[in-house]
Amino acid sequence: MNSATLEFYQVSYSIGDNLILDDLNLRIQPGRTLVLLGRSGSGKTTALKMLNGLLFPTSGSVWVEHRATTDWDLIELRRSIGYVIQDVGLFPHFTVGENIGLVPRLKGWTPERIASRVADLLDQVGLEPGKFRDRYPRQLSGGQRQRVGVARALAAEPKLLLFDEPFGALDPVTRVELQDQFLELRDRVKKTSIFVTHDVREALRLGTEIALLHRGRLEVLTTPAEFLNSNGPEARAFLSTL
Amino acid sequence: MIPPYLLQEMTHLTGEHLVLVLSSMAIAVGAGIPLGILLTRRAALRTPLLGFANVMQTIPSLALFGFLIPIPFIGGIGKRTAIVALVLYALLPILRNTLAGILGVDAAVRESAIAMGMTGRQLLWEVELPLAAPTIIAGVRIATVTTIGTATIAAAIGGGGLGVFIFRGIASVDTAQILAGAIPAALLALLSDGGFSWIERRFSLS
Repeated sequence: MNSATLEFYQVSYSIGDNLILDDLNLRIQPGRTLVLLGRSGSGKTTALKMLNGLLFPTSGSVWVEHRATTDWDLIELRRSIGYVIQDVGLFPHFTVGENIGLVPRLKGWTPERIASRVADLLDQVGLEPGKFRDRYPRQLSGGQRQRVGVARALAAEPKLLLFDEPFGALDPVTRVELQDQFLELRDRVKKTSIFVTHDVREALRLGTEIALLHRGRLEVLTTPAEFLNSNGPEARAFLSTL
Repeated sequence: MIPPYLLQEMTHLTGEHLVLVLSSMAIAVGAGIPLGILLTRRAALRTPLLGFANVMQTIPSLALFGFLIPIPFIGGIGKRTAIVALVLYALLPILRNTLAGILGVDAAVRESAIAMGMTGRQLLWEVELPLAAPTIIAGVRIATVTTIGTATIAAAIGGGGLGVFIFRGIASVDTAQILAGAIPAALLALLSDGGFSWIERRFSLS
């Protein structure tokens, strides 16, 4: 229950005639951070959403903890995965504390355990619990909202964390702050993480592996250090933005 | 302005009017909200059901009451027919607002709820309905206010209510009687409008 192994096996996904993912093969070891890098429409978000069963492959299979997503009880699978998206998606009618405590509550934790977990997590993401717990999302800044989003994803001690361009809508300074926090949290909790971004700087900074997707195909899979020496045209295109 | 001999009857007819409005609203809400929820899940049903409710609204109310009289079981003379007509009228705003309210829930919020492992039922009760509540209540408010007015026509088919005064007043050119029907109906409409606006505000704050 700490960290998950993931695998994409010959995964293709299409909508009508439109091939979004084309024979994707990937394996991620526990505790690693894989960054899915690519342009808009490269298929990276589609790949991410297959891990928590929001989407299923048209052909091939996606494996979480050595079990295909089609064989998982989806409710159970999703409750064991933390999910952070760019639009945050906090529940506007829940307080910060209720937002963070949601999955623990769905899992049937006691109120006392939830309360102490919420306070602990707010601390970890740099928000003072006494001050923020009872606020509503609309009373927070964009950066604070995304911190709450991260805390919510971590709440029920997931074995896997999925990030879909979580910091894309933030100003550059806040973005770097949250990236730092991500690195710090990652080193502390050691969860397998998948991180979708189109920002090569972010990819180099956060990933232990980088997978470059282009038009639904995996172009490069390598470490950040080696990615800098990649010669493929798409990799060069991304590196030229540095 | 209203002669004392009408007051007692006014109390009685106001009571009847309330019964007409409350029973038809109870049915319209009880059917409209679940049907509206169903429409959010079954897009194919939207056109036929909303179309039906739309057509019902376009039939002039007096004619709708009349059309129902010859229909077996739901028709005939009296309160039951009147209630059926009022329900058909009230359905559209409730259906439409339930659908709009739920479809209007932020896509990111819905996606988060699903991705966090909410069941379909939890998504509905904990996320969709609370967030759609102000819109749904606004639909019920419109339907109620309209129904209070339209229910005066029930008298034309023997359904009773404050319309009895109005039709009788028109027939005997007696302004006092028309007012004895119109004023309480208008007051009821204003009161319920005010009540609903208070409820709406409470829900949108939370």
